[in-house]
This record gives sequence, C-alpha cells and structure tokens, in this order.
Amino acid sequence: MSEIVSVKNLSRRFATKRFFRKQEVFSAVRDVSFSVVRGEIVGVVGESGCGKSTLARLILRLLEPSAGEIAFEGRDLASFSKREMRRLRQKMQMVFQDPYSSIDPRFTVQNALLEPYRVQGLSPGAADKRVAELLNMVGLDASLARRYPHQLSGGQKQRVGIARALALNPSLIVLDEPTASLDVSVQAQVINLLDGLRNDLNLTYVFISHDLNLVRYFCDRTIVMYAGQIVEVLPKGVPPAHPYTRMLMSSMFEPDPSNRREISSLTGEAPSGYNLPRGCSFAARCAQATEMCGRDDPVLQLFDEDHQVACHYFREANKEFVGA
Amino acid sequence: MTTIVSESRRLRLPVSVPAVVAGLFIVLLVVSAVLAPTIAPYAYDAQNIEVMNEAPSFAHFFGTDEFGRDVLSRIIVGAQTSLSVSVTAVGFSVLTGLVLGSVCGYFGGLVDRILMTVIDLTWSFPEILIALMLVAVVGAGLHGVIIAVAIAYLAQFTRLTRTQVIQLKKEAYIDAAVNLGASDFHILFRHLLPNALAPVLVAAMLATGDAIILEATLGFFGLGAQPPTPSWGAMMSSGTAQLFVAPWVIIIPGCAVALTVIALNIVGDALIDSLDFRNKAREG
Repeated sequence: MSEIVSVKNLSRRFATKRFFRKQEVFSAVRDVSFSVVRGEIVGVVGESGCGKSTLARLILRLLEPSAGEIAFEGRDLASFSKREMRRLRQKMQMVFQDPYSSIDPRFTVQNALLEPYRVQGLSPGAADKRVAELLNMVGLDASLARRYPHQLSGGQKQRVGIARALALNPSLIVLDEPTASLDVSVQAQVINLLDGLRNDLNLTYVFISHDLNLVRYFCDRTIVMYAGQIVEVLPKGVPPAHPYTRMLMSSMFEPDPSNRREISSLTGEAPSGYNLPRGCSFAARCAQATEMCGRDDPVLQLFDEDHQVACHYFREANKEFVGA
Repeated sequence: MTTIVSESRRLRLPVSVPAVVAGLFIVLLVVSAVLAPTIAPYAYDAQNIEVMNEAPSFAHFFGTDEFGRDVLSRIIVGAQTSLSVSVTAVGFSVLTGLVLGSVCGYFGGLVDRILMTVIDLTWSFPEILIALMLVAVVGAGLHGVIIAVAIAYLAQFTRLTRTQVIQLKKEAYIDAAVNLGASDFHILFRHLLPNALAPVLVAAMLATGDAIILEATLGFFGLGAQPPTPSWGAMMSSGTAQLFVAPWVIIIPGCAVALTVIALNIVGDALIDSLDFRNKAREG
C-alpha cells in the first residue's frame, strides 16, 4: 500500500489585525497528522468551524501551512516551486461545496471543462468530443455543453464541477462537502456517481463533510475533528470510542422506527480557535471528564487496528456502543 | 430540486420607453457628429454679417450668432468635439482604471497602498479644480482637456475595479482556477476582469455624461477647443455677451449638453439592469 498524501504535524493559524485592537490569533488546524493510502476514501467530519475546510485547502496548498508538512506521493509540497506546483495540480483536484459559485458565471459548461487544459497548456484532443466524454462520465447529456451555469440545476452544476476535476486525470480528489448544498435525493445520486467514478478511474478521495452518517457509509476511514484537532480515526464499521464521536452518533436521527433509541443532543459549543482551553478541548462538554482532562491534552493513541483515539479514558470505552 | 432557468437570460435588453428614446437620441447624435460636414446646412465657420444675431427661422433653425454663423451647424460640428473629447477621455480613464484597479485589488500589499493613496488624493478635490490645474500644466486645447478629464475620472474607475476584484477574488471559481494550476495572468484576464467589467461599463456611461459637462465647462472658460472650432462650452461662453439680445446662442448649446447628459444617464441606468446578470445567476 502506497501513501498518496501524508500530513505531519500540520497547523494553520490565522492572525487577525484590527484597528486599535490587539492582534488575535485563530488556530484553525492544530497539530494534525494522518495519511491517505492510494485508492482509499478518507472522510473528515466535524462540526462547522472545526477546521475541516481549512484542512482541505491546506492539503491542496491553496493555503500555506503555519507549521508541519504535507507530502504528496512522498515529496514535501513546500519543496515544489511555483511552476512545479502548477504542474502538480493536475494530479490533485478539488470539488467545491457551493456549485453555484464554483463555476465562473461567464463560462459555458464547455469552456469550464476546457479550462483545465488551457491553464495547463495541454491539448484536450478534439475539444467537443472530450467535453462530451467528460459530461457522459458524470451522467450529463452532451447537449448541456453550451449552457451557462445559471441555466443548470444545483445537481447538474455539481456534476459539471466533478467533470472539471476529472478532466486532467487526477489521482487524488478532495471533495469539500460536495453534497452539502444539494437536496437529499440529488445527494444520493452524486454519492453513487462518485463511488462509481472511483472504481472506474482508480481515484483516491478525501471526503470532507459534517454528515457523520454519510461519511460512515461512504468512507473506508473516518477522521473526526474537533476544535482543529483529530480526536478519532475510525475504520469503517468499527464502533467509536471517543466520547465526542459517540455523542455525534447518538445525536443522529434513526429512520427505522423499530430501531429507534433516545436521541441525546449535543449540548454546549465547541471552543473558539481564538481562545482554546487547557487540557482536552472537549472536556467542557464531556460527561466523563475528570480533573486530568482539564489539565492534560490527550494525544492520539492506537486503540485497535487502524483505530486511533485521543482520549484519556478510551480504554474504558464501551465497545458495545449502540449506533455504530 | 432546483429548476432549470429558462434560456437566454444572459442579457436582457432594456425595453423601457425612456431608455429606447434616450438610446435613439444618442445614436442620432453620434451619427450626426460623424457626418457633421455633410449634413450641416452651412459651414460652421461661414460668417454672414447680414444675419447677425438672428432669431430662429426656416433659414436658420436655431438662429445665428454674433458673426452671423448658423447655430445649428455649429451645434452639429460641436457635437463632434464634445463627444470625441469626452469619449476619448473616459476611454483612457476606464482602461487605466481597469489595469490599476485590478492590479491593486488582486495583488494588494504595498503597491496597492501607495497607488491607492495617490489616486485617492485626486478624489479630495472637485473634478473641475483638478481639470483646471491640469489644463494649466498641460496647456489649453483639446489635448489638455482630454488629459485633464481622463485624470479627473481615473480615481472612480480604479476604485470601482479594485473593489470588484477584491470581492470576486473570494469566489469559489477563483479557488477552482488556482487549483487547476492557473497563472495570475489567466485569473486576472479570464475570470476577474470579465466579471468586474459590467459595473465599470455602466459607470463609464454615466461618467461620459459628466465628462461632457466638464468639457463644456473648460470650453466655457476658453481652455478647450480654440476658435473657430466650435464646442458646446465655447459656444455658450460667447453667447453670454448676447444673453439678452440673442438668448438662443447660449440656450441651444446648453440644451444640447443637458439632453445628451440626460440621455446618457437613462441609457446607463438601463444598462445597470440588463448587464447585471451575475446576481440573477445566483437565484438559479
């Protein structure tokens, strides 16, 4: 198994300077390490503001990290020159959250799909044929090529976004909440499309989402983020051990009435990146928190095969946890 | 599921009656300015002592001035001066503003701060004052007026473009382009400028109206077109002497300026409605 992306001790801080005020520092991503194996789908979940989108942008070097390194196919991204980086982007693509703003409103579908070739100085071959091919790949009719984005539905736009990401035959695609702004029925179609494409084209996905259910269904491994840190790395089908993940799980709605259980809602708010507490950042909302949790920040430890947890009391975690 | 928006909503044509009338007026004005020597009933500089300060009649629709020159002919030829000077000046202003504004907005930093400070400086004076100062430096005449008007309106277009670019820079399609490996040049010229252009064009339309007034004002002060070349401002200036004897000499060019400016403003407003489909695209 070869690693396609490996992230080591990655941090990103944003400094805000305001007039007549002290400079404030916002920690969006803190000391994050993980790797993605070729062919795998890795999900990243967390509440809004937990740093998952920042992480996506860091992996693709749309943002520069404050500390730590990201290696793509074994080579540190920071060592790429600006020109090399532009070449490398052929191999790592992104699908954006908002299909309404991810396509230039002045570009026809055809132009949007040919843009990757234009900026990379590559020939798409027969342009019309290639566009039709890409549209077919994402299940759209070739006649849409002359349309403008505002003449497409949200789902169609997202498919065009996916087709654009596929144009250069990438090996890695980072999907930043690709279904968040779509209707549920369209969500399912897009997920099935993504699944099919991965098999056909041998792709690797990093799938960012706030929908734990969806991620657990779709991804081989799930990275759970909280306040900029990884709190749990969960292989598919394995019950969660971290209290936060378990709370997320039990706050989910169960559609099967025979299987219904009490829904416990998450109370409180995640700490702000401006003002992080000492110790475990989840301690304030955690039922099991003790004095130690308020003092020491737990590190990510191996719990089981491929299963990592950052909690002082993970060994006491109930393995028969319902809802996994 | 979101519905598919109907075809061809890309550019809605302005259909309001005032906009059409104003548009036709401008077309008529431009055509007559271009064809001025052929359609003017008299030569603009033909003096005729026998018909000095004559009121409007069938021979002279708009009357004659103190040298017996036909006012209608001079208005038509004067349109050439007024329109070409203001359009050229605003054209220079828009082009320079687009380049400066997009560079400042896109790259930001020290260059942005220095350039914008200098440009904002021109904004702290009334336009007429800047224009007068510049004409004093460059010298009277049409070239001086073009340069003065161009610089007087530069701040407006630079600011507008810069603000647009800063806003558009945050759009996801810019990130998408970066992620495809696009160069700064590509992002600026293929994405940012085309999307920033619509409001700048509308502002240019409105500024052309203002520029006609500014040109007329400079002409009134004798700093624009030099006699015998007619310009609306210069005609009004010479008309002041006969205000009570031959009021048409000053009223007619005054009306020409006013009507042209009003027409340009109406068309500019209509353009705002028809060109702004960026927001409409969002609704889809």
